[in-house]
Amino acid sequence: MEKVKKKIGSFSFWNWVTASIIFRLILIYFPKNLNLSSRPEVSTPLTSFRRLAEGYWLKQSFMSPYAGSMYHGSPLLLSLLGPLTINRIEGQPNHLLYSLVSVIADVVSAMLIRATGQNLRLAYLRSLESLDLVKQIEVSEFLFSGDIAALIYLCNPFTIVACVGLSTSPIENMAVILCLYGACSRLIPLAAFGWVIATHLSLYPAILIIPVIFLLGCGPDSPPRKLFLQRHQQKEVLNQSKLPPRFSWGPVIHFAFWAFLWSVYVLVLCGISLKQFGGLWEMFKSTYGFILTVEDLSPNIGVLWYFFAEVFEFFRNFFLIVFHVNILFMILPLAIRLRHRPCYLAFVYVAICSMLKSYPSVGDSALYLGLLGWFVNELADMQFSLFLFCGYVGVSLLSPVMHNLWIWRGTGNANFYFATAMVYACLQIVLVVEGVSAMLNHDRKLRNLITGKPQDAKS
Amino acid sequence: MVLLQRPHILLLLIDTHQFLQCWIAFGSANEEGQQQEEFSEELLVKPLPDHKLLAHFHFQSSAPPSTSNGCHHHLFPKAISQLVQKFRVKEMELSFTQGRWNYESWGGFDPISSSNAKPPGVELWAVFDVPQHHIDASWKNLTHTLSGLFCASINFLESTATYSTPEWSFPPASGNVRYGTFPCEAVCTENLTPWLRLLPCRDKAGIALLLDRPSLYRGFYHSQRLHLTSTESSSEGIDSGIILEQTLTVVLQPNSERAIEVHASEKHVQPSWSLSSIFGKQVSGRCVLAKSSSVYLLLDWGLVAELKFPNKENGKSAANGLTSENFWSNPSFELSVNPDRIFLEESSSHSKSLSILYMFQVEKYSESEPFDIGLMWKVPVAWLCQQTPLHASRFFMGSGNERGAIAISLKSTQFTEGFMSANSKDGSCELRVDVFQVVPWYVKVYFHSLRVFVDQQPRAVSDFIEKIHVSPSKDKMSPGVMEVVLKLPCRVNTAALTIEFDKGFLRIDEYPPDANQGFDIPSAIISFPNFHASMVFLEDDSLNRSPLLSKFQHNQMHSVCTILWIIAQCAAKACC
Repeated sequence: MEKVKKKIGSFSFWNWVTASIIFRLILIYFPKNLNLSSRPEVSTPLTSFRRLAEGYWLKQSFMSPYAGSMYHGSPLLLSLLGPLTINRIEGQPNHLLYSLVSVIADVVSAMLIRATGQNLRLAYLRSLESLDLVKQIEVSEFLFSGDIAALIYLCNPFTIVACVGLSTSPIENMAVILCLYGACSRLIPLAAFGWVIATHLSLYPAILIIPVIFLLGCGPDSPPRKLFLQRHQQKEVLNQSKLPPRFSWGPVIHFAFWAFLWSVYVLVLCGISLKQFGGLWEMFKSTYGFILTVEDLSPNIGVLWYFFAEVFEFFRNFFLIVFHVNILFMILPLAIRLRHRPCYLAFVYVAICSMLKSYPSVGDSALYLGLLGWFVNELADMQFSLFLFCGYVGVSLLSPVMHNLWIWRGTGNANFYFATAMVYACLQIVLVVEGVSAMLNHDRKLRNLITGKPQDAKS
Repeated sequence: MVLLQRPHILLLLIDTHQFLQCWIAFGSANEEGQQQEEFSEELLVKPLPDHKLLAHFHFQSSAPPSTSNGCHHHLFPKAISQLVQKFRVKEMELSFTQGRWNYESWGGFDPISSSNAKPPGVELWAVFDVPQHHIDASWKNLTHTLSGLFCASINFLESTATYSTPEWSFPPASGNVRYGTFPCEAVCTENLTPWLRLLPCRDKAGIALLLDRPSLYRGFYHSQRLHLTSTESSSEGIDSGIILEQTLTVVLQPNSERAIEVHASEKHVQPSWSLSSIFGKQVSGRCVLAKSSSVYLLLDWGLVAELKFPNKENGKSAANGLTSENFWSNPSFELSVNPDRIFLEESSSHSKSLSILYMFQVEKYSESEPFDIGLMWKVPVAWLCQQTPLHASRFFMGSGNERGAIAISLKSTQFTEGFMSANSKDGSCELRVDVFQVVPWYVKVYFHSLRVFVDQQPRAVSDFIEKIHVSPSKDKMSPGVMEVVLKLPCRVNTAALTIEFDKGFLRIDEYPPDANQGFDIPSAIISFPNFHASMVFLEDDSLNRSPLLSKFQHNQMHSVCTILWIIAQCAAKACC
């Protein structure tokens, strides 16, 4: 433990960051980006670089970027990143500028994760202090969760692959992290901006509005409020300053105002850039519509493509509803149970989305695995962590092999690849279930410490 | 009783009277009307360099643009005229093809190949004379009607995912054209029979008698085409004159057992043939309803140059003396029947020698004395047909079932070299090539990945592509269309276009019955608009009356290269 703690010293942290950046740059210089940009694990119809380039080409030829079924991303991304798809520097690999943007996005995300993690750690320590549990839980052994989360995010092979594979998921992840960072540091306009952009880019982060409201209303993660009350009842002195603040609507209304402002702004920008084409309706149809009515059945690491390739046409709408409502059904129970830990709630939501979304990629896993790093201290007792780790390694090694067998060699069939996708989905389910139960156990442990301590003193 | 019967008789008399009146009116209209319904049948036979024989049947029916006949027709097929009136078809072409036209050995730059070399399967295009928003509905109805008429799966062209709207690849087009192909249609006798039913004599008399099914379908190439044009006469545009052209082009292998036995060592010996040996039948007189009925034998200018007619120098003067013995009895070959007329090609800018056309009138022959033309070769002869300016082929690059690339490669032929030398005076000699490619929606083409290679060097796209029009494919909605105008320097040796695509994944019920066989991608059509493959024969009265040869003269069609290519696609099927 102490070794780890030393390693994650400030100096060592920057070393690791530099190493990961250099590693990315080396990979970028490989010819054709190691063909990562056409891997189904990396580029989905939504995040594919080639489709972005096609959309930009169509726009440059005075056609709607959504003509045809190629591009399904945002028109803003097209205006910002589109020129980078054709700009070339002599003697440098193609798409160097675009890759550099991805690398920068990754580093910025890591820095924001680090800042948020430090924020969360301080909040956690503060709440332990107010619960007088500082001695019981050895605070000295507390890891710098911010640094760990940032390093997990930067050094995760999934993140590296998504970054080098020229997918747009680093940008989408950055928007999500920006939103959480803004909410944690109470930069309400920033949080609103991140939320609006993340929703605009990939729809699913819309449900992050619930954790963001909790974050703004009650502040960052802390043990349940009733523990504080219990604690103070035991002490029989009600120190209001040590209690976590009650839910306040002020920042939430503030957030809603800013979110409204930003969404109007984004829509106006989109409207301008699509003025001579189909307009906003076409944009919604081919971005959100494409996400919701799983039209593209090309294989990815999710499970929906297989299902919808097989399902009968007249059941299709029914199952579309079932799969999407699945996400919505989980929102409320989790929000009630984890309302005192909004950042953890955000992590769980992101994990669930990346499991059930229509076109998942490893970039989405990279995001929630990074966010998981925030809770190293709380989740120290999590079960199956070795199993999960091995599972992730195994799936990420087996999945390309199965894909190769099926698509390229023709010796396997769809079931080979789908089997790994199912294992992957199961791993994510186990991770979420175990994670949530570990967090609840952690809260239970705190409660036991509070309620158990007087008993110990008595005896 | 008598009294009771009388009214009946009277009525009957009135009826017959009316009928007679009608009959008389009808007859008189026919007599005085300068335009009558006409039908003509022709057959053109042409030896091909690779020991094969091209037979091109051409039947033309025309209906005058008048209402005098109402909806009654003498010769013209009623089904077609109703179809034209109902769907307001301005021009339409339907072709059923089996096999591939071998451009290298059968030539690609003569009127026959440029308008009759068709992509395999069914190809249909139509120009409608209806408002824009009604065109798609008309197209759908038309496909269903034709499907019923020809016993083919043309109705699959109804779905928007299969047909396209070319912008400028089709000359008559003004946005009203629709183009659809169905490459995997198996063409067989069930399609030929309804086609023959449109002829006034069917295959019971006249030249159509030769259409013996087993010999036709034994051929290497077989293309049955129906082309109709309707011309509006009155301002209302209700009545129209319709010209229906039915052609059947077959490439057959003459039964050359004897030739093989005799000259087994000699490669260049052409097989001798006769109509009866090829088709197993003879023409016993013309179809009595036909205005003209003739058989032509065309000797290519390449062949003529090899044959060395004795008086080649004063060939033109000899052509005027039509019965000149020199032209039909030659040291190198012998015709079994004396031709009625001989025509020489009027002028030819490209070659040293001129094509020769022998004409045989079928009218002279009868049941007792059937017509059977034969050609016997005496000496070995080898020649080359005239090639297209560039030889085009299409490839599928890449392996696996995820992605790939389409490459269309153009290679210069000896024709281009000649063209280049002819135009070498001005430095800015350019060769215009139009490429028209339709891909089904599950071939997801990345248009931004279009690359141009000229002489095997990657070049900037904007340098060689003058004009490009794409309409990207929409999933399950519309196919992808690419129309490119290439401007190549005349000295070009090779040029290639490559474009990448991803293979889309289909739902389980969208796969065809035998999915592992793969999917057929419609042919690319490559045309050279600056070249006109026309063959003008010396002016003559009888020539003007022959629809087939006038077709040759007024041939504005560019040469079309069609290539089919099959893409294998894996099924996202589970082995349940």
